[in-house]
Amino acid sequence: MFDAATRAVEAAVGAGARYADARVMHSRYESMTAQNGEVEDLSQLDTVGVGVRALVGSSWGFFAASDLDDAAVRRAGERATEIARASAVVPGSDLELVTTEVRQGSWASGCEEDPLSVSLADKADLLVGVTATMRAAGVALASALYQIWDTEKWFVSSEGHRIDQRIRECGAGMHCMTYGDGFTQRRSYPSFRGQYGTAGWELIRSIDLPAHAERIAAEATALLTAPECPAGTTDLILGGEQMSLQIHESVGHAVELDRILGWEAGYAGTSWLDLSKLGALRYGSDLMTVTADPTLPGALGSFGYDDEGTPATAHDIVRDGTWVGVLAGRDSAAMAGLDYAGAVRADGYARIPMVRMTNVGLLPGPDSLESMIAATDDGIFMEHNRSWSIDDKRRNFQFGCEISWEVKNGTRGRLLRNPTYTGIGPDFWASMDMLAGEAERRFWGTPNCGKGQPGQTGHTGHPAMPARFRNVRVGVRG
Amino acid sequence: MTSSDVAAQVVELVGKSNPAAVAAVTVSRTSLALTRFAESFIHQNVADESDRVALQIHVDGRTASATTNRTSPEALSALVSSVLAAIAMCPVDSRWAGLTPPAGVHSAGNWDEATGTADPDARARAVRAFVDAATGLACAGYCQTLSMQAAFANSAGQAVTGRSTQASMDAIARTGRSDGAARTASCALSEVDGAALGAAAAAKARAGEEQVELDPGRYEVVLEPGAVSDLVAGLFWHGLNGKAVVEGRSFAQLGEQQFDPAVSMWDDSTDERATGLPFDAEGTPKHRVDLVTDGVTTGIPHDRRTAAACGAETTGHAVAGGQQLGAFPNDVRLAAGSAEDLVAEVERGLLISDLWYTRALDPKTLVYTGLTRNGVWLIEDGRLGAAVSTLRFTQSYVDALRPGAVLGVSRATESPPTIIAPVAWGCGSLVVPSLRLASWNITGGAAG
Repeated sequence: MFDAATRAVEAAVGAGARYADARVMHSRYESMTAQNGEVEDLSQLDTVGVGVRALVGSSWGFFAASDLDDAAVRRAGERATEIARASAVVPGSDLELVTTEVRQGSWASGCEEDPLSVSLADKADLLVGVTATMRAAGVALASALYQIWDTEKWFVSSEGHRIDQRIRECGAGMHCMTYGDGFTQRRSYPSFRGQYGTAGWELIRSIDLPAHAERIAAEATALLTAPECPAGTTDLILGGEQMSLQIHESVGHAVELDRILGWEAGYAGTSWLDLSKLGALRYGSDLMTVTADPTLPGALGSFGYDDEGTPATAHDIVRDGTWVGVLAGRDSAAMAGLDYAGAVRADGYARIPMVRMTNVGLLPGPDSLESMIAATDDGIFMEHNRSWSIDDKRRNFQFGCEISWEVKNGTRGRLLRNPTYTGIGPDFWASMDMLAGEAERRFWGTPNCGKGQPGQTGHTGHPAMPARFRNVRVGVRG
Repeated sequence: MTSSDVAAQVVELVGKSNPAAVAAVTVSRTSLALTRFAESFIHQNVADESDRVALQIHVDGRTASATTNRTSPEALSALVSSVLAAIAMCPVDSRWAGLTPPAGVHSAGNWDEATGTADPDARARAVRAFVDAATGLACAGYCQTLSMQAAFANSAGQAVTGRSTQASMDAIARTGRSDGAARTASCALSEVDGAALGAAAAAKARAGEEQVELDPGRYEVVLEPGAVSDLVAGLFWHGLNGKAVVEGRSFAQLGEQQFDPAVSMWDDSTDERATGLPFDAEGTPKHRVDLVTDGVTTGIPHDRRTAAACGAETTGHAVAGGQQLGAFPNDVRLAAGSAEDLVAEVERGLLISDLWYTRALDPKTLVYTGLTRNGVWLIEDGRLGAAVSTLRFTQSYVDALRPGAVLGVSRATESPPTIIAPVAWGCGSLVVPSLRLASWNITGGAAG
């Protein structure tokens, strides 16, 4: 496979590229869904191909092909350069690349039990079993799924990189729905779309879906008759899973350097962050320290090298409430005058690598969920995401959660349905006055982060734990 | 080998491997090229050519499927073997709805040779024209060409082919304080007028520079086609979708007046503006399906499984991944009205260009939250007034279109790039007018 990548790079450079790289990838994917005690779908996907990136002047050209014979990969390299050259019709200033250590290396994610080797019958039994349990508990709709990705990559660059990686990822989850008079309620476990990581089937065993099926079914039923989350301004406690999405949407995307530079303005959007304020801007309270760390074992955004060959390295993003770092690629970093990259990945061989989150999450604080509830006189505790929306500058957000509880005089009280909260990113993070500690930190995985044109789906990780925020607007309804 | 040859070969391979098995296979070749620009220069310029062989086998009451991007004889044999091996481990498929019987397609698909073979220079020239027409504003967006040729075959004797092309441009011009967008999609790149789009985007951006804040509340609105396309897509993701109906989470009630009489909507992958394939992922030929007629819900998009569950016939709306996502239309048209100028009819309200990051709070009520993007203006006494900063809304899409709520529909329509169907089944088309709606629930602004 290295030979195919090498020939593609040679062809791109021979055609005039001043830099080129190529990734040959073999990707295998398997997923199964079950509904109401029956398997609904089994999907298996197996693809092989090469994606070649060539730099000419101010633009990347990228071409991908599934044929790996000698002539085809050379043609792919030449096509990448031809495409880059066509960009001169609408040129910018020449793109530069920050220096990265040229490596010849190999890396594999941890995996105790190969997920693709686990019997399909056993997998089906798991999903069928938990959906049957939830259905028997009276819900209208019970669903469960698992997903497995097994990806091998061979990366070669014109600078001399030669890196192979094997990354195995998997995850699973379940949810149920109950129907009221013209409305629905939903509960899920362990997350609204499941929990995912760079790990083997042991991850799915560890989340123990069967142990939680009856509980979430009962909660979904109870929500039908629970009072509505009241509208107003109050103290808000968020569970760790919802915190992971809060981080993803209002920190992770906002610190993507391609957004900050305007390169995503046409679609995903820009950022409220101004590079001239890097190192000085107040992002949140003193409790807020966020890192981007692709070295975390088992987290979904972990790798050995990104798709430009930059070795995985942790960076601070927010330190003690101050914005100090971004997620960057070699080109965007050079344009911004920064000296680090390492956050560029592609969704398969057929897509150009772009800035993506790695594992962006909070370092733990001094508190606990129990202590937050005990310290709250009047508030609401929400958990498990149900809806999410944020503006194109990543400031104004509104989230809905599946479930919430009233908190009165330090005690978790009655169940409340349809909880929502809304706010402005920096104001919201500045109001965070309690943050749970290491014991409640989880590496939540997001397997469906959309970005780019053509669209790409990214896998990101988010270390998160419960936190409390003061004076938050809740209960927004249509 | 042609796609048809590969499809027939796979069906034959399955029959030889297990005479009791039945198979359905789709073979497609997609060529996608996208020239992307930002800060008024082309920064990403990509193309890929991909094959896809999607096989489903049913035997002994069990079903399994797999997909590969390799078409060599060895790869096809391996594909068949892997699916048969998986079937042996699968539980019984009680929802199997059988194979599509033989039936010819009603269209070959709309194909424009120049678009199917467009080179990066052609896309770059369209970008150049957009940037030049924006006269000094920073520009960002893309120009894309897409071609798909596909063949379907199954063990019941159904064998169909089709092909389609699509060209689209979607971009913004930016003043630093405001963005303006313009977009179009067509079967032919020659119909993508970069200069006209660039001029339109720049004019909107300049008209939105001086922005005022607005208090939350219910406002009469005129939604431009970009915003209307989101409204339409929302109806299909959660409601006008056979799977949602089967699962009981859809608002849709066949035969009931759920929308204003001004609302008529249909799907037609056989008309001259369609960019979808002429058959669906199960090989069912596509034809016009009326979904809403004069405000009455008259059709639900179905694939074979959801149709069987509802006691209905498939409407030809199966998509790859449909067992999880449901059945989707591909070439949706919302009927035009007679209004020449919707703004002129509004005493006080808002003109909204685009809706952004919209998510349903509840799939049954179809209450969505989202934001405005690329321009909002106050309308006072039938004239456009001050531009308004970004607004958040929390609004039921069904309620926004309820009987009596649609106060006007424009005569003019636009064809924005569609966001309705999952992209795995090609890229569809959308033709929508602007709508004047009685009430839209603004729940916040950029400041909170």
